[in-house]
Amino acid sequence: MSDTPESRETSDQSPVEELRYGVRVSDSRGQVVLHPTREQYIATLKALVDDSFVLCSDLTAVDYLTYGSRVGKPKERFEVVVNLMSLERRERIRVRVEVPESDPVLPTAFDLYPGTEAMEREVFDMFGISFEGHPDPSRILMPEDWDGHPLRKDYAVGRIPVQFKGSPS
Amino acid sequence: MTDLITATPEATGEGNQEMRSRSELTAKEVMREVGAVLRLSETQAAALGAVDDFADADVDDDQTMIINMGPQHPSTHGVLRLMLELQGEKVLRCKPIIGYLHTGMEKTGEELTYMQGGTNVTRMDYLSPLNNELVFSMAVEKLLGIDGDIPERAVWMRMLLSELNRMSSHLLFLATNGMDIGAVSMMIYGWREREEVLRFFQKVTGLRMNHNFIRPGGLAADLPAGWRDDVLEILDLLPERLAEYDILMTDQPIWRERLQGVGVITAQEAAALGATGPILRSTGVPWDLRRDMPYLHYDEVDFDVIVGSYGDAFDRYAIRLNEIRESMKIVRQILDRMPTGDYRIQDKKVTPPPRARIDESMEALIHHFKIFTEGFKVPEGEVYVGIESPRGEIGCYIVSDGSPKPYRIHMRAPSFVNIQCLPHMMRNGLVADAVAVISSVDPVLGEVDR
Repeated sequence: MSDTPESRETSDQSPVEELRYGVRVSDSRGQVVLHPTREQYIATLKALVDDSFVLCSDLTAVDYLTYGSRVGKPKERFEVVVNLMSLERRERIRVRVEVPESDPVLPTAFDLYPGTEAMEREVFDMFGISFEGHPDPSRILMPEDWDGHPLRKDYAVGRIPVQFKGSPS
Repeated sequence: MTDLITATPEATGEGNQEMRSRSELTAKEVMREVGAVLRLSETQAAALGAVDDFADADVDDDQTMIINMGPQHPSTHGVLRLMLELQGEKVLRCKPIIGYLHTGMEKTGEELTYMQGGTNVTRMDYLSPLNNELVFSMAVEKLLGIDGDIPERAVWMRMLLSELNRMSSHLLFLATNGMDIGAVSMMIYGWREREEVLRFFQKVTGLRMNHNFIRPGGLAADLPAGWRDDVLEILDLLPERLAEYDILMTDQPIWRERLQGVGVITAQEAAALGATGPILRSTGVPWDLRRDMPYLHYDEVDFDVIVGSYGDAFDRYAIRLNEIRESMKIVRQILDRMPTGDYRIQDKKVTPPPRARIDESMEALIHHFKIFTEGFKVPEGEVYVGIESPRGEIGCYIVSDGSPKPYRIHMRAPSFVNIQCLPHMMRNGLVADAVAVISSVDPVLGEVDR
């Protein structure tokens, strides 16, 4: 396990803040990660689209509620993670944007990447983060009358009996 | 059925999953649903407004009918449900409704150690389980920082299994595609040839599917004696069988009529929708992660990236058929170059000690016990690794907080993203072609729903 101190360190501790597309950038195991704020999020994605990152391969989220390590823990509870790809330059880039628990809302990336439609619905379904302006903000994997958001860390495994749609509870 | 469609979203306050009827939508919403995937500038979109493609914005409810296809439809490859809005025989809108197979595998993954994680991820895309395991193992290895230290033999073995798995997956595609279109004999042939590959897997891993064979640090075991002959047998058998497929299907006028020009998508649209794999390649984009972002030793083997030119169902069929041939080419090179050596990394913290060592060494016993009860700890951090599965880019995003279990594990499932192309491909097509379109996307519902 070649775990050097440098690779463990996140940009939070690094004295010089490098900027790319006007936002903070860090390196995670050799992969480029951008950290825009919620306000910069869409503008950053727009800049990336113009810079040939035309394919959004993945959009997901992480709930950092019970994250065990102080290293690399974001300030807010949720973080939405977008993985983009440039077919021209054969590069990947990752965008991580923090979303507060008190107001779990993020503008949708649908207009820039229509392929995020299902992914944003999944994030809403699993984490309860709403995407403002999404054309179809409904649950995608769970039944539409399900309570709670399963991938949140305070949602226990196997906590509730199976719910059936329309059955008397 | 009206009850289904008009079930109140207010009951949950979280919106309705099902397709809404036209009377509930504004023209703008319909246009957005249809047009957003094209990602055009406003002037281009306005110019398109006059074209037939958008002419149904003012169609009334009473001219259309919404029908459900699935979830229990044999040609939807599992439990995929499609709501189709039809005007006569023409499909106007389509909405895939998924989640019938959702078992919370990502949540389960947070409760399993890195050692056990393979058993979980391998069940996602059950037609290419080895690729799932591979991407998971690569992500864990990257977090551990041992991704450069994997022994050569392990890397080549991984390539061998990955390519054979691609062949078995594509062979099954040929079988189901044939069945969906009505070439029922093809179904039997495809399953038969796939069985040859699965028999090899059974010999190597002990299981036909869900192997949990590729593990962080290497593989579970070495190749069995006589493996080379078994692979050669498959390689000798397949070319003539593939030639038979060409006679049976590729050159057959009915087959071509059913597939050519059906489910057309352009390169721009496919990229906008995030489609990868044979769908993106069928539009003429030569994008294959094996070549463009090489992992393992794909940069050292010689193979072609098969691309189509029309982006239709026939191209996607032909690409998969020829990818089997390319995989065979790769497998032959792997046979030539397979080195001797260790099949897993000898890092006591990651790989369990050999069984014989346990009897004589206290330390080995402790390591064995620790790895199988507690698991190994992985340094904190997050990592995304993507590889080329038979269906497109399969990715694994792992966040670790330094404990022996992943804090968050997310799989970027190619089918989950690819089925978003369905509404676009089916639009303005015939309902009879819908089955051909679903088939050509080749979704695996196990990884769509996870």
